[in-house]
Amino acid sequence: MDAATQIKLERMNVEILVCVRRVPDTSENEIQLNSAGNDIERDDLVYSVNEPDNYAVEEAIQIAANAGGNVTVVTVGNEDDEEVLRREMAMGANQGVLISDDAFGGSDGRGIATILKAFVQKGHYDLILTGIQAEDGGAQVGGMLAALLDYPFASLVNAITVLDGGKLKISREIEGGNREMNEIDLPCVLSIQTGINEPRYVGMRGIRQVASVEIPTFGTSDLGVDPASVGTAGAKVKRTDYFIPALGKGAEILQGSQEEIIDKLIELMKAKGGLN
Amino acid sequence: MARIFAYIAHKGGVADDSAAELAAAAKKIDADASPVAVVAGWGADLDTVCERLRSSYREIWKVAHQAIAYPNAELIRKALVNVIPHDSIVLVSHSHFGIDLAPGLSIKMNSAFVSDVLAIEGLEGTSLKVVRQEFGGQVSAHVRCDTSSGAVINIRPGAFKPVESAPLAGSIVDKSAEVGTLTAGRRYLETVVAEAGDVDITKHAVLVSVGRGIQEKDNIAIAEELADALGAAVSCSRPVVDAKWLPKSRQVGSSGQTVKPKIYMACGMSGSFQHLAGLKGNPFIIAINKNPKAPIFQVADVGIVADILEFLPELTTKVREAKGASV
Repeated sequence: MDAATQIKLERMNVEILVCVRRVPDTSENEIQLNSAGNDIERDDLVYSVNEPDNYAVEEAIQIAANAGGNVTVVTVGNEDDEEVLRREMAMGANQGVLISDDAFGGSDGRGIATILKAFVQKGHYDLILTGIQAEDGGAQVGGMLAALLDYPFASLVNAITVLDGGKLKISREIEGGNREMNEIDLPCVLSIQTGINEPRYVGMRGIRQVASVEIPTFGTSDLGVDPASVGTAGAKVKRTDYFIPALGKGAEILQGSQEEIIDKLIELMKAKGGLN
Repeated sequence: MARIFAYIAHKGGVADDSAAELAAAAKKIDADASPVAVVAGWGADLDTVCERLRSSYREIWKVAHQAIAYPNAELIRKALVNVIPHDSIVLVSHSHFGIDLAPGLSIKMNSAFVSDVLAIEGLEGTSLKVVRQEFGGQVSAHVRCDTSSGAVINIRPGAFKPVESAPLAGSIVDKSAEVGTLTAGRRYLETVVAEAGDVDITKHAVLVSVGRGIQEKDNIAIAEELADALGAAVSCSRPVVDAKWLPKSRQVGSSGQTVKPKIYMACGMSGSFQHLAGLKGNPFIIAINKNPKAPIFQVADVGIVADILEFLPELTTKVREAKGASV
């Protein structure tokens, strides 16, 4: 970025909202079913921030640092979810907001988007970011939120440049590693693809520094959300149960000592023409 | 019951593979369904696609507008909201375009939305029962969707096998007059084609492919050494590229390269469907993963439950010995 562009951007002061979630960390957990089969076994699960959301927060922090601005992270959940807000604040987000209400439980994607819309309309945001997808989600809330707000939207965003005149130039990841370049007007909603940046490391020290920062909480009455439109009451889409899919043929698992396994594998590779 | 529509993506006058898959998905909702293909675009390419779809769909709704000559999801959403009855079930491929289009379409049609569906168990009244995967495919979930005010259902690419049937002689209905005014806050500029990498993984008969289990950049050398010994190349899954341990040109998957090796060694990866979508030509798959429940073992031919950081160097040594012995 040249110096002249930099100076212009510093006047922009982009207000950025990043929607994040706390999810079971699949790299730390083997996900299993509970005995009733209606949920995954949640005891002893290690939770962390949904990985794509971390990229969204990092991108927001970088945009705010380059163009000027302010980063708010928000989650719809309960008090346990404060830990991911604090983690993202330790990364450099300026504020965290918890949206929590018993009426929000069981919300489908549309319900979550409805709640977030009400929160967005309480303030003023130029740019709203989400991660592309949650571990147990469907890459849906960002696009729904944009439609509810009548903001433009782009998914799978893997590069953002702030342009003059309330616009962004963005790149979307499409098939074959190709990139689709677009210009998009602010305010807008973008869902961020992993790999867009390298999220910074957060140490214990950083977390401690934000440990006592107050996190405001909003509920249905604060947001003016009709409880019938969200939560289980408003959900048109409901998960009824979890199951482990019936196994296909599956791999032949090689047994024996490591040496025996390697010998078998080398024979197989020879037979398949991979070792001549 | 509600009518079923299939949104057909296309390029250069050719319908996407999902055209036949969405027709198959419609039959799972209702065996007697006669889904309507909706095709949006402009010009000769659009006419060609509509004509070609006549053999597989009884009815094709053509939606022509110059502004959607390139498929901008926001513009196409606005056109579809004006064209498709809002109590319909609309099937969309869960591709980079479908992810862009469908969530917002469901809001504007005031419909339910289910994302990335890989099986449909059927419709009971207005309740549609479908199957999704969560947590990287470690568990599946039954999901019920109330379709009484319509539904938009995103279908996982490759999940529904096209149904063989006698060619139809479908009719093309021009719906272009109903499109209305199209403006968008997002404008397509250009497509930037992926840069060629240092190694062309599409040309190799054997790939040593690494996933998150490689743990850190320095460990890539372990895979490189095995690849050297085998005369193979090192490829990878998405997390390895995200972490910048290997360049994008080494990534196998729907957002990376499509490869056709004879032998594919999947090392320390879960085997997500996006990754497997880049693997063609029915290779012999060897999966090595320390988690015996890793989904990759479902699709592999041979599995080894081991830590790749320990197993691969041993294998490299033995491969070198085997090669030395055969000289």
